[in-house]
Amino acid sequence: MKRTFPLILVFIFGIIGIITFIIPHPIVQNLDESIRNDILKILVAFALVLGLGSLLKVHMDKIKRKRENWKYSWILIISFLVSSIIGLFGGVEGAGPLRTSIGSFHFDIQTLYENIFMPLGATMFALLAFYMASASYRAFRARSYEATLLLITAFIIMIGIIPLGEKISPHLPSFAQWIMTVPNVAGQRGILLGVALGIIATSLKIILGIERSWLGGGE
Amino acid sequence: MNISPDPWVWIAALLSLAIFSFLYKENPFYRIAEHLFIGVANGYAVTFYWHNILMPTLFDPLFRQGKLLYIIPFIIGILYFTRFIPRISWLVRIPIGITIGYYVGVSVPATTQAFIIKQIQGTVLTSTNFQAWNAGSWGIVWSVIVFIGVLCSLSYFYFSKEHKGVLGVTSRIGIVFVMIGFGAAFGYTVMARISLLIGRLQFLLGDWLGIIQ
Repeated sequence: MKRTFPLILVFIFGIIGIITFIIPHPIVQNLDESIRNDILKILVAFALVLGLGSLLKVHMDKIKRKRENWKYSWILIISFLVSSIIGLFGGVEGAGPLRTSIGSFHFDIQTLYENIFMPLGATMFALLAFYMASASYRAFRARSYEATLLLITAFIIMIGIIPLGEKISPHLPSFAQWIMTVPNVAGQRGILLGVALGIIATSLKIILGIERSWLGGGE
Repeated sequence: MNISPDPWVWIAALLSLAIFSFLYKENPFYRIAEHLFIGVANGYAVTFYWHNILMPTLFDPLFRQGKLLYIIPFIIGILYFTRFIPRISWLVRIPIGITIGYYVGVSVPATTQAFIIKQIQGTVLTSTNFQAWNAGSWGIVWSVIVFIGVLCSLSYFYFSKEHKGVLGVTSRIGIVFVMIGFGAAFGYTVMARISLLIGRLQFLLGDWLGIIQ
């Protein structure tokens, strides 16, 4: 019961997921719509609550046991609670009962998102440019045939899509474009077909109950 | 120099610098910014899910419009929290099973359609594909290169037989296409990151310090 019932559910919902693609009948389509738009959206929201609970638990535990860098956990917890309260009671763009402005200074959740989350996210990804440059240098030092091929392609693509490429040679942008549309497509398509077969095989294994690791341990 | 008087621009700028400080070495400023990022991101997620999903999809229909059928997804959702009660913790498998089951079910025909049928349609040697290149008679050559490239790339990932003989030759050709594919993806990713970096520098030097327009 404890393992069989969830496996039956996976099978039933898996089959529903498959047949909605094949059968265009309104009954099947309506069923699919209510599963996708109502049930699953709600379940994902509850899963998020569970995930946030786990995140807070981990950091509370870190503070309690005074583990390494425990003081920073306070920043995470406080910023999470403050932004949640502002978002839940202040509403999106300050439309809720909680006042989210002092004079012309606004601190609603959208403002926090635009001025804290977005710059931090963009800077973190921008930081990766430096690490990718360092990684490509190390790959180049490996001096294998494959690594060289990879880096030369990357270099042509990078130079070819910026104005400098056209200054070096008027043929460079069109050569970069050719690489993108011909040999790159062949390589990516080969990988994609392999990945797709892997996805289908794993999905069928889960639906048929052969792959059961998602059940976790225990009874 | 025309420094911004907006406190939010200052906050965003100082947080950006805190992240950039990681280039020197890991330091308290970076750690503060990192933890703040996670906290605010999750706070925003809570707000988003509450206002855009839980309220309009569950609580409004259930408690305000009296649609009692919504009690079913509500109860199934609550089962997630049985994870904390050891005696009935197995019930958490019900919402997980429904979610996994539906999504893997949908992925089977969707993947077949988009990643297998469409890709094969684009690879096979047909007159439609030759013309799709808009390259005249070169279209045939490009189509043949793509066709050979896909077959050789697939043969590189075929590990059930030792890469010797014909398979050895095709897999060696395949790795050339695969590496060109990786190189193109790498080049594009680097350019995307560089454009983000340019955006941040424009923000710091323009919006914040007012050195550039």
